[in-house]
Amino acid sequence: MSRRPFDPRLLRRVPATRRQFAALGLLGVAAAVVVIAQATTLAALLAGAVGGQLDRAALAGFVAAVAARAGVVWGQGVVAARAAATVKAALRGELLGAVGRRGPEWVAGQRAGEIATLAGRGLDALDAYFTGYLPQLVLGVTVPVAVLGRMVFADWSSALIVAVTLPLIPIFGALLGWQTEAATKRQWRRLAMLGGHFLDMVAGLPTLRAFGRERAQVDVVHRMADEHRTATMRTLRIAFLSGMVLELVATLSVALVAVPIGLRLLDGGIGLETALLVLLLAPEAYLPLRAAGARFHASMEGVTALDAALSLSTVETSARADDVPGVVREIRLESVTVEYDRTVALRDVSLTIRAGERVAIIGPSGAGKSTLLGLLLGFVRPTSGRVLVDGVDLATLDLDAWRGRLAWVPQRAHLFAASLADNIRLGAPGATDEAVRIAVRSAALDEVVEALPDGLDTVLGERGHGLSSGQRQRVALARAFVRDAPILLLDEPTARLDGGSEAAVLDATRRLVAGRTALMVAHRPALLAEADRVIRVTDGHVVSLAEAAA
Amino acid sequence: MTPVLRLARPYLGRLIGAGLLAAGTEIAGVALMATATWLLMTAAGQPPISALTVAIVSVRALAIGRGVLRYTERLTGHDAVLRIVTDVRARVFGTLATRREAARSGDALSRMVSDVDAVQDLLLRVLVPGAAAAMVAVVAVGGASLISPAAATVFAVGLLVAGIGLPAAATALTRRTAERVAPLRGALANDAIDLTHGAADLAAYGATGTALAGAQRRADELARLERRLATSGWAVDAAGVLVSGATAGAVAAIALRAGVDGVLVGVLAVGTLAAVEACLALVVAARQWTELRAPLARVATLLTPEASSPPPSSLDLADITVRYRPEGPPALDSVCVDLPPGRRLGVVGPSGAGKSTLLAALAEWGGSPRKVGGLLAEAYVFHATVRENLHLGRPDATDDDLAAACAAAGLLDWVREQPDGWDTVVGEDGAQLSGGQRQRLALARAVLLDPDVLLLDEPTEGLDPAAADQVLAGVLGAARGGVVLVTHRLRGLEGLDEVIVLDAGRVVTRGTHAELVEAPGWYRDQWLAQETAERGYVAASP
Repeated sequence: MSRRPFDPRLLRRVPATRRQFAALGLLGVAAAVVVIAQATTLAALLAGAVGGQLDRAALAGFVAAVAARAGVVWGQGVVAARAAATVKAALRGELLGAVGRRGPEWVAGQRAGEIATLAGRGLDALDAYFTGYLPQLVLGVTVPVAVLGRMVFADWSSALIVAVTLPLIPIFGALLGWQTEAATKRQWRRLAMLGGHFLDMVAGLPTLRAFGRERAQVDVVHRMADEHRTATMRTLRIAFLSGMVLELVATLSVALVAVPIGLRLLDGGIGLETALLVLLLAPEAYLPLRAAGARFHASMEGVTALDAALSLSTVETSARADDVPGVVREIRLESVTVEYDRTVALRDVSLTIRAGERVAIIGPSGAGKSTLLGLLLGFVRPTSGRVLVDGVDLATLDLDAWRGRLAWVPQRAHLFAASLADNIRLGAPGATDEAVRIAVRSAALDEVVEALPDGLDTVLGERGHGLSSGQRQRVALARAFVRDAPILLLDEPTARLDGGSEAAVLDATRRLVAGRTALMVAHRPALLAEADRVIRVTDGHVVSLAEAAA
Repeated sequence: MTPVLRLARPYLGRLIGAGLLAAGTEIAGVALMATATWLLMTAAGQPPISALTVAIVSVRALAIGRGVLRYTERLTGHDAVLRIVTDVRARVFGTLATRREAARSGDALSRMVSDVDAVQDLLLRVLVPGAAAAMVAVVAVGGASLISPAAATVFAVGLLVAGIGLPAAATALTRRTAERVAPLRGALANDAIDLTHGAADLAAYGATGTALAGAQRRADELARLERRLATSGWAVDAAGVLVSGATAGAVAAIALRAGVDGVLVGVLAVGTLAAVEACLALVVAARQWTELRAPLARVATLLTPEASSPPPSSLDLADITVRYRPEGPPALDSVCVDLPPGRRLGVVGPSGAGKSTLLAALAEWGGSPRKVGGLLAEAYVFHATVRENLHLGRPDATDDDLAAACAAAGLLDWVREQPDGWDTVVGEDGAQLSGGQRQRLALARAVLLDPDVLLLDEPTEGLDPAAADQVLAGVLGAARGGVVLVTHRLRGLEGLDEVIVLDAGRVVTRGTHAELVEAPGWYRDQWLAQETAERGYVAASP
């Protein structure tokens, strides 16, 4: 991750922020001018007060300077917050978009909980970085320069003290900041881990209950949280140490400036107004750097999240321009091998599927049947060999257009946090209510719909809670019916159905596959009767079996 | 909020200590500037140096003291708060564990992480700094009234505006919008779950773009809300700067008019500036508090156990009746089950007949999973090692026990093939496992449980026929007590003592497999259909 306080990739990736950053810079200069004006007028006011005089001009100047400072504070806050909102919205879109572009295989390996945390709370940590840290960083440049410039003219020896001690803040800040940053990075990961752990525990609560382990797991959650606390305190001891050192440098420097000036005042070596000006200006020189340092820890969480989001959302997209043939006549696998990290899913598979052919795939679980469907869906890329659609390599085809020809019934369909009707319309958003109702009947889902409180308008819980796996399977089938695609990829469509509904779904499947090309993974024999031929996948090898129709 | 504070009670001493230290830090800061001003303005009168000694020592001591106080305060405060948060996390999970319904995972995630952090923010950013600012205000006004009661009155007014008026304004400005941020964030969390967990479905159906557009729309809406919050919110901060300056100017003018000594006027003015600025922390605290209200209310409901759900309508095994809604049709209607020790029972019937409901009712009747339990519907595989997943069945199981259970479920070969063996981590909801392996893992876990009555809900789900026969035989062989087997597949029911055929919550017929196959009806039709289909399948396999 980046140690830089500002990631230049941000300007490139979110160009809308450029003007906001420029405005922040200008406001930083204005703030420096106002700080000097406020200190100068207050010093004049107080110097006059010693003689019992109210310097009305100085008072008016002081109030005006304060008003101007208020305006600058407002401007900085608004600009920084707007930049934060812009960046977060842009990065959320990019991050979730990257999930789509990288494809399901990539997400399956990633913890979805971690990405959800990053897209939500993780990026919200940018607020602290933008509104707390960045403006102070700008002020940390403009204000000390202005203050030192003014002090050199007022009293160069005090200016020298400030000039020597001022760099200690970034130096100490950097030294301790590196320590904090490493600790924060570990911390953020642990936090994401804890989030994932809790999601896992809650998602599995019914199973925990089934084993009577939900009480015992409360202790595990407590223990994880307690480990989290210990780890956090370890980080904080370092992080707060830096805060203390920074504070000490600043306050001690005020003492270092005030005491010698006081002594020089005794022998008339310096005027009171100048002395007061120096006293009032000295802390202002340290304030922005200190504030930035104090917020460094809090904002690092945002910087880490920013870095993660920028890195994760960078996707190289290969050009896929080739048009999909109007009518696909043939799909051919040429010596396709698919290797995963640990296993080889398919070995040197050659296979031809002609238009209108219905091919059943059988074989033991884990043999590579689902990988075969993943290849055709473009989720899985061959490690070697090619998938050809009418002679054109699938890797160069326009994937969206190609998938437009497919309907897929996976083993475990995801149900979206939307109405049942919208879940069914997934692949055909424009489908009429009538089309949805027909699909519901075809997928033997009508009884389920009747039992739901709002019928087709029932909003399904996230990840499909509220429907059994068999019902979920039928929703997936209904999706395929509405999709009305020429090529069907069925990953055991009747897996979670009992005999009665299996018969109904088989009837429907029979209607569905009629006149279409179909590739059906079959764990159960019921589907085999629908196939023109059967292929068997064993340990990554594909063997063609009897032509069932013969 | 009250349940949260109740959890904070054991750590009250630490919290008060942190508050006092925070007040001390702020007072040291105000005193440092005030003393330094006094030092300079007195020195300008050129008194003997002995008149300045105390001030010089004080300035140095306050300079050091402030840093040390700050460090101690922050460590004390965070330690206390993190201890409370640890308790809150465990309590939240404990409450969820007692509820019957499963929470939505995205919501639960956002609850656990952000809402519980809200508790942390409530204590660290609202209560402790709020108390500290109030103490600074009292001490500063007290000190000022010793110099000039008139100036102290103006000072107090300025502090009231900064410490009460502006925080109230900040609260009023942000409350309405803040309440709209939380649901949007929740919706965004759901979007993220849908776009990640549902990535394959979206891609296959070309719906990624639509889902993404929806998520982007909500993200943009959130951004608009946040911008609106910023415009009004930062106006309050600006007003705070104005109030501190105006109060300092007014205090100086009034003190001068009241004839206060010039040096003390300077001390008052500089002290006022510093003290009002310290009290502006209350604006930040108020804003935090407004944003924390909704999450804290959710945490409070998560900390309050629900009244226990009513037990099923009947737990008498001779007459099991279950209704999900009081006025709804019964999911199980007067079902009679005979379960003497060691009895092996099959339950079959069309989808929605009430098979899983019957298993749930039996589990409830048993009272403990060690008596009646096993593989229930929607078995979940945890993101943990194979060993940890299996230990759920029996926490004290040895590796030999695990091996025996996995052998019965047909998972042992797979485990042996893994480089990490029992310590192989399986993905979130078992995502790194194939459907068959997940099923075998869930089965092995049920076998390890070794209850008096083993419940098996569709144990051969997702397995091909040959594997299904083998696994079912293995699991039935490993079960030492009674068994209740819910299945759509009628093979393997031959050895059971009794098979119940359910339809629409009622027992249609019951008997042994042999008896049922003889009699015309649903069972016989299914059996014949399945057998014919399987023979075809076997014929197709070499």
